[in-house]
Amino acid sequence: MISIDLLKVGQKGTIVEELDTHVPVKLMEIGCLPGNEVELVQIAPLNDPLYFLVDGSRIAIRREMARFVHIDLKP
Amino acid sequence: MTRELKVALIGNPNTGKSSIFNALTGLRQKVGNYPGITVEKKTGICQLPAGLTAKLIDLPGAYSLNTTSLDESVAVEILLNKRDADYPDVVVVIAEVENLKRNLLLFTQIKDLGIKTILAINMSDRMSALGVALDVSALETALDTRIALISTRKNSGIDALKQLLVEHESLSENPVLDINKVDLAYFEGLKKTYPKISLYKLWLAITQDVNFMPIERQSIADQSGFSTKSKEELKRMQHRETVLRYQFINEALKLGYEKDFSKADGFQGHLDRLFTHKLWGYLIFFVILFSIFQVIFDFSSYPMDAIDGFFGQLAEWVKVILPPGVLTNLVAEGIIAGIGGVVIFIPQIAFLFFFISLLEESGYMSRVVFLMDRLMRPFGLSGKSVVPLMSGMACAIPAVMATRTIENWKERLVTILVVPFTTCSARLPVYLIIIALVIPEGRFFGLGYQALVLTGLYLLGFLASLLAAALLSRNLKIDRKNFFMVEMPTFKTPQLKNVGFTVFEKTKSFVVGAGQVILALSIVIWFLGSNGYSDEFKNAEQLVAEQLQSEQSSLSSIEIERAISSFKLEHSYIGQLGKFIEPAVRHLGYDWKIGIALLTSFAAREVFVGTLATIYSVQDGEESTITGRMALERDTLGKPVFNLATGASILIFYALAMQCMSTLAVVKKETNSWKWPMIQLVFMTVLAYTASLLTYQILA
Repeated sequence: MISIDLLKVGQKGTIVEELDTHVPVKLMEIGCLPGNEVELVQIAPLNDPLYFLVDGSRIAIRREMARFVHIDLKP
Repeated sequence: MTRELKVALIGNPNTGKSSIFNALTGLRQKVGNYPGITVEKKTGICQLPAGLTAKLIDLPGAYSLNTTSLDESVAVEILLNKRDADYPDVVVVIAEVENLKRNLLLFTQIKDLGIKTILAINMSDRMSALGVALDVSALETALDTRIALISTRKNSGIDALKQLLVEHESLSENPVLDINKVDLAYFEGLKKTYPKISLYKLWLAITQDVNFMPIERQSIADQSGFSTKSKEELKRMQHRETVLRYQFINEALKLGYEKDFSKADGFQGHLDRLFTHKLWGYLIFFVILFSIFQVIFDFSSYPMDAIDGFFGQLAEWVKVILPPGVLTNLVAEGIIAGIGGVVIFIPQIAFLFFFISLLEESGYMSRVVFLMDRLMRPFGLSGKSVVPLMSGMACAIPAVMATRTIENWKERLVTILVVPFTTCSARLPVYLIIIALVIPEGRFFGLGYQALVLTGLYLLGFLASLLAAALLSRNLKIDRKNFFMVEMPTFKTPQLKNVGFTVFEKTKSFVVGAGQVILALSIVIWFLGSNGYSDEFKNAEQLVAEQLQSEQSSLSSIEIERAISSFKLEHSYIGQLGKFIEPAVRHLGYDWKIGIALLTSFAAREVFVGTLATIYSVQDGEESTITGRMALERDTLGKPVFNLATGASILIFYALAMQCMSTLAVVKKETNSWKWPMIQLVFMTVLAYTASLLTYQILA
């Protein structure tokens, strides 16, 4: 299990069953729900924010939020 | 008698909702503000078949009815309140083929409110490229709705949507989610207490920060019969609700949506990597930014000169055909000049929004935010603040209007308040003249002093805006709990008709909104400058004639006229005011003549030069003569008035002061109140005064 702010570009994984309580409802509504796939698409030049593909949605969020989302890495 | 059908459009951002709204309403649109707040209200009229007229309202883009911004809560307020004037008979939820699953979350929530709902799936022209196949009738059954497949690009599906609106009676009002599944005990309790109201509506009213209330939120919590929930528990219930919604959506999509994943688009990926690249990303962005700025700076001068000339001619013509007198002067110099002063901004506004619209429509703007967020954040600004800040270098008016794209209200407000610090093009004439007067022509390691000072002033403006932003964001107590998230839409070719609509709409809202204020202020300033109560003013011609006679100078009739204008200005209301504030400005190194010029140039910075020209009785427009004349000006001790200390003081003052009533008018319009422009005016004036005071005292 790893938080998505620690991913390398191109790595992906499945969101774990127990979502951290800090994950806002809005992020869940975008597709950040247990069982859904997350992939790191790009890191901004100054290392923040992070561009993810979350269950088909392309969004960018800051590191401070990304560290609350945990996934099981896909080998 | 045609009955009006009230229709609301809602949908995720980036679904082409505006395109559909434009396609339905054409030019029969009206843009304003919701009363008391700064959210834009867009309404329009659409002629439907069968003699029906639809009154459309374009609700702000939203991902969900669980609101996280002021924009989203506006939609919830309207949709929860049957008695609201804008409460719709039908809602059209706009989705698009690529993100259909996520778009449908909002759809299920709207359905659960018990309102008749139509689903419009946009960008249908991209289906084959994406490998998507839809079974529309299967989806219609699964989602309990009617579906219109639309492509605004190919201009198809709009008529089908209109037909569905005509047939709205046949739409069901049943919810799609059984909300009891979220927490049976809780909702059964709610149902018992409020049997008549839809459960989802109650749930939404409890969890959202909504104003209207047929039922007081507190009273729901106080009812005995079921337990109250903590914030944590409410959030967990929302989590469960979201999971249930997506289960429903996935089931429905299994029946009617197929995607061929081998059709992954490599080109999009390449563009993304290019635009967000450490080096190329920024390079490309700055090239684009400077091109925009350059075009606005260069190309708008042609139409602006033409407008200037036109209104000048018009004023002259009016003076000729109407009898001489106060009313004629009011029309020619007050009203016509005032209207000219509004119209002259149109080219810059049109150009800027043309480019901004291209950036937004193509999807590139999100990448800009992605690149700039880390840089702007320490100053309390948004990644989207960059474009307005840079545009402020041409003119603050369109720049302030461009801040609309910043969703977070605090970031937007801070950007609006600091944009006027960036050196706009109107400061340039003042800078150039003063620099020519007081800065020596030498060189410092090959770089001319004058050029260095000019560059320094630009830097000062830029730094001032960043520092002011940092200061303001630390001290403004407005907190919107918004966590940062920006969607990265697929890159698309901008649709020119949407760009056209945006340019038209922005220009119109400026002329109508800010234009009134600018016109009113122009007339006031004109009046104060061309009227006076003193005897000297009333007997200007006589007194000037006497003075010239005693000096035994013989002047041409034009020169005599100028002498009279100068005399009149000196003794007008503004002139008196200038003399009145002289003690205050003396410490800055100014005499009353400069004081008058400072006051008049509140109308527009460039007026500073023109006013000095009038005071010194020089033909306005001949810069070399004005500069020459100013260089000769002596104070009571015989020393030059325009020395280094005074000159530097004037430069610093103009760099930091709010010398532009048009900007204030636009800020008032964008923030929907006079509070912020007044704060801005006071803050910047105090800052400018202090800085130029220090400058003068140190250098003198």
